[in-house]
Order: sequence, then C-alpha cells, then structure tokens
Amino acid sequence: MYAKKLTRLSIFAGLLAMLALPSLGFAQLTSYQEKEWLGVESHIGNITGHATAGVAPYRRYCVGCHGELGDGNGENAQWIDPKPRNFQLGIYKCRSTPTGTLPTDEDLFDTLARGLDRSNMPAWSTFSKQERADLVAFVKHFSPRFQSDKAGPPIDIPAEPEVTDDRIKAGQAVFLRAECWKCHGVTGQANGPSAATLTDDLGKPILPFNFTEGARPKCGSTDRDIYRIFMTGLDGTPMPSYADNIKPDEAWDLVFYLRTLMSQNSKEKMMAKKLGLKPITPPNGP
Amino acid sequence: MKYRLMATAFALIAAVFTFMYSNTSAHAAGSGKITGTVKLDGTAPHMKGIDMSKDPYCAKLHASDPAHLEVVEVGANGGLENVVLWISDGLSGAAKATTLPVFDQKGCMYTPHVLAMNVGQDFKVTTSDQTTHNIHPEPNPMNGNIPWNRSQPPGAAPIIQSWKAEEVIPVQCNIHPWMHGYFVVVKGPYATTDASGNYTIENLPAGSYTVTAWQETYGKQTQKVTVAEGKPSTADFTFKAK
Repeated sequence: MYAKKLTRLSIFAGLLAMLALPSLGFAQLTSYQEKEWLGVESHIGNITGHATAGVAPYRRYCVGCHGELGDGNGENAQWIDPKPRNFQLGIYKCRSTPTGTLPTDEDLFDTLARGLDRSNMPAWSTFSKQERADLVAFVKHFSPRFQSDKAGPPIDIPAEPEVTDDRIKAGQAVFLRAECWKCHGVTGQANGPSAATLTDDLGKPILPFNFTEGARPKCGSTDRDIYRIFMTGLDGTPMPSYADNIKPDEAWDLVFYLRTLMSQNSKEKMMAKKLGLKPITPPNGP
Repeated sequence: MKYRLMATAFALIAAVFTFMYSNTSAHAAGSGKITGTVKLDGTAPHMKGIDMSKDPYCAKLHASDPAHLEVVEVGANGGLENVVLWISDGLSGAAKATTLPVFDQKGCMYTPHVLAMNVGQDFKVTTSDQTTHNIHPEPNPMNGNIPWNRSQPPGAAPIIQSWKAEEVIPVQCNIHPWMHGYFVVVKGPYATTDASGNYTIENLPAGSYTVTAWQETYGKQTQKVTVAEGKPSTADFTFKAK
C-alpha cells in the first residue's frame, strides 16, 4: 500500500518536473527553444519563408560572422569592424518602422539584398527571393522578441513632391534647425563638433555618414530610403529618429537638401549650384 | 409627507457617502513609512569637471558655475544624493505610482541625474535647452525593455514613455557625450535621496519588508525593515567609498 503511494507520488513529481523544466533558463537561448522557434515564418509579398529552410544557407554563408547562436560572435567577428549584428537582441539599423520597434520582414529582406555599405556585410543579391525569405525567417528565430512582439507599423511616406529652389532652401533650414550639422558637419563632411566622440550600442567608436565622399547611405540610396533613415533613426547607433520633430513635407525638403551635399551628381546639386547656395553658418557653430 | 421623503433621501445619500469614504480609507495604501539617510563612508572621489566647449551654448551656461560629473554626489554630513530606494520584497500587488516623473535636459545636464519610476509608469522627457539633444536609453532588450533613440530640438514637445520590466537603464545623449543618466525602473513604492541623502518611502501598510538601495557607482544594498501603521520606521544605509 505504502509502496504504491510512493510510486504514485514519484510519477506525479516526475510529471511536475517535466512541466516545470522547459520554463527554466528563460533568460538564455536553449536548444529546446531554438527548435520550437524554428517554426517561424517570414512573409514578403506572396513569398513565405521558412526558418527550417534557412538553416542550410545560414550555416554555409552567415555563420562565419554571425555565429552558430546568431549572437554576432562567429569566428570572423573578432577581425571585423563594425561588428556583425547580434540577432538575439532584435535591434536593427535599417527599418521602415519607428525607433524602438522591430523591423518588418521586408526590411530584413531588403537589407540582405542591399548589404551594408562600409561594413563586411555584402549584398546577397545572388540568392533567390525564396532563399532570402527563408534566411529572414531563420534570422528572426534567434530572437525572443520576434516571438512576443509584432513589427512596428511602417511610417507613412507621402508621395515625393517636385523639387524646387524653395524646397532646397527650406531643407537647408531643417538641416540647421534639427542640428544635423552637430555630427554630420555644416558641409556634410562628418566633421561636426560631436562627430569624434560617437559610439554605437557596443561602446565602439562609430563615424557619422559623410555625404561628400561618394559613399552609399547604409540603409539605401533612393530618396525614400534617405527619408526613412532620418525619420526612423538607425537603432543601435547614435542616429536618432526625427519623426517627432520633422513634418513629412519638411522631411522631403531635407532629402532634397541632403542630395546637394552628396558628391554624386543630381538635379538638386545642379539647382543648388545655380542658386549659389552657401553652407549653413550656425549661431553656435564651429 | 414631502419633508419626510426628502429627509429619507438625504439620510440615504449621507449613508452612501459615509460608506464610500469609510471604504476608501480601509482600502487605501497604509499610513506607515520608511525614512532614513544614505551616507558615504570615506572620502568622496573627485568629480571631474566637464569640458563643454564642443557646444558653445552649453559652455556659456556654465561659465560661472562649471559643471562636473555626478556619479557620486555627496552633500552635508556625507549624505549621498541620487540613491534610489524601493521595497524589493514583502509587498505584492502594490499599485504602480500615478505621478508623472519628469526628466529634464537643462544646461546640457540631466535633471535629475537619476530618475526612479515603476514598471509601466509613464515618465516625461523635456528639454529646457536651446540646443538639440538626442535621448538614447540603452536597456538590455533581453529583459523586455526595448532601446530607442529620439531627437529633441529646442522647443520640441515632451516625450512620454514607460518601461515594461525592472531594470537600471543607462541613458545618454550622443550629441553631448558627457550627458549620462539613469532610469531606475522598479516594482513597488520607491524614493530617491535628496541633496543631504534623506529619503522617505510613503504609504506603506504594516508589514516586514526588504528595502533595496541602489547607487550608480557603489551598487546595491538591502535591509530588512518592519513597518507599523501610522508611524515612521528608520532605515539608514552607508556605502563605503572605494
């Protein structure tokens, strides 16, 4: 009788342990969670990406830098600057969503194809769209944030207006008022008074974007990409979101003005030349 | 007849009101409190001056009163300022505070340097400066708090936010690299020491509690404190200078 009771008790205790065990170690990734999270999907247009299908290409092409656990500690990471992204944190520079929110699947998909200029991340445009979608799902599976949160709502970008002399001048006023020059410099040469002390979220020195040396912006070179960069901010870097302080129409003006600073030829650059536009002279400037 | 009806109605209303008031007082948070002083034992480290010459606007504001680091602020009789104290154990289900703590950017410094708040409690970031700041809190996203980074030019509207989990969150301005502060997000009643190191945690029901004190340079200390209704208990803390 007593023995029977004991077996019953031990079965009960065993069941309890089985229930309790998976909830342990929540703070770190377990292989249990990794397996469970492999069910993650990505949706890009009518393409569905599956994390399980991303395993093989990730192990072949990504693991060297981003690591087995997606924590950015692959064997090449120590030689690389800027450091590979830690996918566990779920913090991304290139988003269409507000600061402090997760990127959309399209954002990650586009970043994969575009690569990140002035870093070791190449453009993976060699992959098929399906392969990229699978990799996006696999990258998402590393972070608990994609299990609990949804992507932020993409910011509204109104249709691009026609560029005019007045808009370029208005854009210059925004550049002055929002004090972009504090880091990017009055001529966009990345030599503003705060440029030298900037650090990223790992505490490593980071340079502001230099508009004048022909480099491509990290998160895309189209007018819409540039609009998005300063309105969403680049999370994990000192570049903040200006969505609270620059209205959509003014944002387009700023895009036009930024074009005049860039070394690449553009309509805006020609217009500024004709206008004889001089660099800004901030009252508290250098 | 009419008067009698009115009298009954009045009596009824009065009864309802007495009932409501007696109810609120019975269910209100307790009237006990914990008060004390946090002190530094030893010589306070030298707080280096801050060179604000990168931004002439900031430098001018401190021309006659030079700014210095605020990581250890010692006042009269060794009192430590900016220590956050909270009930870390013994009180479950306390409602979050309903005040709106304000974090102001003033003279290119954070006022206060350390802002305490509850999980889920809204706080407000304002700017009194005529120069652009960016507010960049960097919590660990694995704890449930997500980092963000927003600009606040002169005259910009306040930013209202809250945090999802308990954490000591460093906050900085990248444009003015000397600007460093903390959001201390806790559960349960909390208080922050004033310039003389004094604090009071109010509205506590009778019970025995653990009080945790946090200072940004010296870390955490805890103490067990018993609180009785209607009278203050004392808990003093001493941090040793390194």
